[in-house]
Amino acid sequence: MTTQVPGDALVSLNAVNKHYGQLHVLKDINLNVRKGEVVVVIGPSGSGKSTLCRAINRLETIDDGVIKIDGKELPEEGKELAKLRADVGMVFQSFNLFAHKTILENVTLGPIKVKGISKTEADKDAMALLERVGVGHQAPKLPAQLSGGQQQRVAIARALAMKPKVMLFDEPTSALDPEMINEVLDVMIQLAKEGMTMIVVTHEMGFARKAADRVVFMDGGQIVEDDTPEEFFTNPKSSRAKDFLSKLLTH
Amino acid sequence: MDVIIENLPAYVDGFLRTLFLSVVSGIFALIFGTLLAAARVSPIAALRGFSMTYVEIVRNTPLTIAFFFAAVVLPRLGVTFQQFEVAAIIALSAYTSAFIAEAVRSGVNSVPVGQAEAARSIGMKFSQVLSLIILPQALRTVIPPMINILIALVKNSSVAGAFYVLELFGTGRQLANANGDAVLWVLVGVAFFYLLITVPLGYFANLVERKVAIAR
Repeated sequence: MTTQVPGDALVSLNAVNKHYGQLHVLKDINLNVRKGEVVVVIGPSGSGKSTLCRAINRLETIDDGVIKIDGKELPEEGKELAKLRADVGMVFQSFNLFAHKTILENVTLGPIKVKGISKTEADKDAMALLERVGVGHQAPKLPAQLSGGQQQRVAIARALAMKPKVMLFDEPTSALDPEMINEVLDVMIQLAKEGMTMIVVTHEMGFARKAADRVVFMDGGQIVEDDTPEEFFTNPKSSRAKDFLSKLLTH
Repeated sequence: MDVIIENLPAYVDGFLRTLFLSVVSGIFALIFGTLLAAARVSPIAALRGFSMTYVEIVRNTPLTIAFFFAAVVLPRLGVTFQQFEVAAIIALSAYTSAFIAEAVRSGVNSVPVGQAEAARSIGMKFSQVLSLIILPQALRTVIPPMINILIALVKNSSVAGAFYVLELFGTGRQLANANGDAVLWVLVGVAFFYLLITVPLGYFANLVERKVAIAR
């Protein structure tokens, strides 16, 4: 599982560095994610895991190194980048549904405006996706009328509507009330089972155990461990990972 | 009081001209001001620079100078018009757009950055992010300041009276000259007709604001 064939990678980061002023947030990051793989990125706050996730569709720029999606290097800001982003689904911690659009419009906007799909077809696809994530009956409502868990499932549907090659999740359950976390995780687990390539930044260890092919542990801007979930949770190698895991288990 | 009733046709004439100047200039100012605001947040440095310079200069000089440019300087540069109304509309639109631009920009800044990030992450180009996601939300939040600016525009149109456009204020001045014994009532009449435009505008703003408010 951990042996990597570089040419095979759908997402690859090679010697990626980023600074925020003095702070070195990403230190020489190397990561390959193959098609169909589910990689969970965990680590303490400030470890750079969110920055890593956002760098993959260039919501954060990097100082040096190379990031490739499906063999293509991320282009500069502009038309080419927009095109590439359409292939990379992103789910945010704070949902970020378009506040002035209905649930249905949130999902159809990308297919209609970016991909040029007809409204009838986009509506049909969107309804199917909304049904799949369990919020079909909410289609005519505005985002603010939905619960956090429902909004996040809509956000997943919105990303899926673009038929992305890979999905990025940036702490998708961190802003949710505890009782809503599972409804989002269930959708994500289902997605993982269907073979979607996923990079998930999360604090949900249960999800990592259940759905991840690999767990990447970050600390201080570096990837400290990169292993199968079983190996990582039962037999962490670095002291930093051991320390992190022990803190999680004390409560 | 009689002086108002006797001169009602003149008042109505001036009123309609003021209304015309305000509506046409208002539309141009809204369009141009929104474009200026879009330029101000665009990724192209030259556009940002132009927008900033324009707003700073126009916002910080008196309206009379804008009128002077439109009515006197432009014709000397070869831009001539048949009617002074055109000059008045140019001056009022150019002047008001600077204020609209600032209002829209503050609205743009009030839209959470996550909205733009989400739009970019589904593959929208900058122009789409702005026109489909950011501006529709920004414009809704700036309706109250926008209406303030438009009310100011209606009143500012009185400067046109000094540049050979016989709008409401110009009419009032003529009537005051002709009716030296009833100047007070002449001006009361002028004020009434201004209120006829500006007060409904304020109510309209409240109505629209409540209609289009978006919950977060």
